[in-house]
Amino acid sequence: MVTIFRNVAELINITDKRNTSISEVMIQQEMDISEKSREKVIEQMENNLSVMEKAVEDGLKGVKSRSGLTGGDAVLLQKYMKEQNPLSGHLLLDAVSKAVATNEVNAAMGTICATPTAGSAGCVPGALFAVKEKINPTREQMVRFLFTAGAFGYVVANNASISGAAGGCQAEVGSAAAMASAAVVEIVGGTPQQSAEAFAITLKNMLGLVCDPVAGLVEVPCVKRNAAGASNAIVSADMALAGITSRIPCDEVIGAMFRIGRTMPTTLKETAEGGLAATPTGRALTSKIYGIHVEKE
Amino acid sequence: MKYKSVFDIIGPVMIGPSSSHTAGAARLGRAARTLFGQEPTWAEIYLYGSFAKTYKGHGTDVAIVGGLLGYSTDDKRISNALEIAEKNGLNIRFHEDEASTEHPNTARIKIGNEKSELELVGISIGGGKVEITELNGFELHLSGNHPAILALHNDRFGAIASVTHILAKYQINIGRMEVARKDVGEEAMMVMEVDQNVDDSILRELERADHILQIAKIVD
Repeated sequence: MVTIFRNVAELINITDKRNTSISEVMIQQEMDISEKSREKVIEQMENNLSVMEKAVEDGLKGVKSRSGLTGGDAVLLQKYMKEQNPLSGHLLLDAVSKAVATNEVNAAMGTICATPTAGSAGCVPGALFAVKEKINPTREQMVRFLFTAGAFGYVVANNASISGAAGGCQAEVGSAAAMASAAVVEIVGGTPQQSAEAFAITLKNMLGLVCDPVAGLVEVPCVKRNAAGASNAIVSADMALAGITSRIPCDEVIGAMFRIGRTMPTTLKETAEGGLAATPTGRALTSKIYGIHVEKE
Repeated sequence: MKYKSVFDIIGPVMIGPSSSHTAGAARLGRAARTLFGQEPTWAEIYLYGSFAKTYKGHGTDVAIVGGLLGYSTDDKRISNALEIAEKNGLNIRFHEDEASTEHPNTARIKIGNEKSELELVGISIGGGKVEITELNGFELHLSGNHPAILALHNDRFGAIASVTHILAKYQINIGRMEVARKDVGEEAMMVMEVDQNVDDSILRELERADHILQIAKIVD
């Protein structure tokens, strides 16, 4: 009999009963559902980890999107960290720069791993590779980080949405940041319940975030939203590890996100018709970009 | 549960920039190509909702065509799909449709050649995951979570038994099944999600079964 967790409460419950970690529950469920061996499941996740690593590397070398709207900010951040004394501290800015690096590669049509989506692909690797510098984890711990993030994303995707077109940016970067936060807690030795608290705290701070990409491109404001998502993930993880709990339980926060997404107007759900996309500058950029596009045809 | 695997969440590995508008779009194109099972010479692609509003920015058009060429989500050739299609003699037209659809990321893909054609409606539900909601006028709910066999057949008694009998013989288990028909006694469609991949020889045997007109399969 395959045990499937349907929400975060059930997930935490299973970790209690089996006296194990969230990543382990996710690995076992994946083995059951896919009928694959542990080795195969781990191997597939390790491949994804390698793709993320490569994307961060590429982004830190500097890339530019076709539209010219994004690229190069990850390089600026790394330079600033080396040459000056950043206010927010090394780890936080490292996470931000690696999140930005990933999304700059994505915007440049490079190869990335969606976590849970491409537009929000920076939060999870950003947080992971920054924490990596500090605690020097094993490869296995890093793979487990992704299973923990995946376990929470799995609950959100099945109970709410991970699509900007269906639920706004809160469903994408909000979910990604919260997933990263929960995984950070586990990798530094927090409890499953603390992971859930970190997830709830992060997502609460992302509720209501709209999806308003300029010219419909996954660039402005998506790249910088991943920067905010990665930093939110680290700060919320610290809050949970300090013993702070969310007054609203994790599953109810996910429910709130879903309902907010449903009532959000279509103009703010990945249609490029509202928000930043509809600002004078947003519109000017749009006509400039597609003006060029039309000439080509 | 719409999302079954952790790799629906951490994954897919893909060419940017959007999992729903690029990777999902490529998967829809590829599903149409797989089901058509032949080289298409033309394609009419209708985009709705968010797809229609933002496809140029997300490369949705490029990705669907990449899928029609048989590329997977991480194939770097996707970014040149329009040029490659033109070189291969695949004639493509895009339509931005104003009609409102149930899901914001909906595409209707019609492809064909001089012999036959196929029409598929699909939605991209987030994170690269897609569902096929209509095929040649038949409503269906194909998640792509499992390999699936699609059988176009005549609406007669015994049609279903003739197919399931063959699958039973080869010990192939059906996880989910749906049947739809255009009208009583008219054309009908059977969709079976199965637990393992089905050999082409079995598909050919299915095609010769009573009342069966055409067989296609989708691989996980």
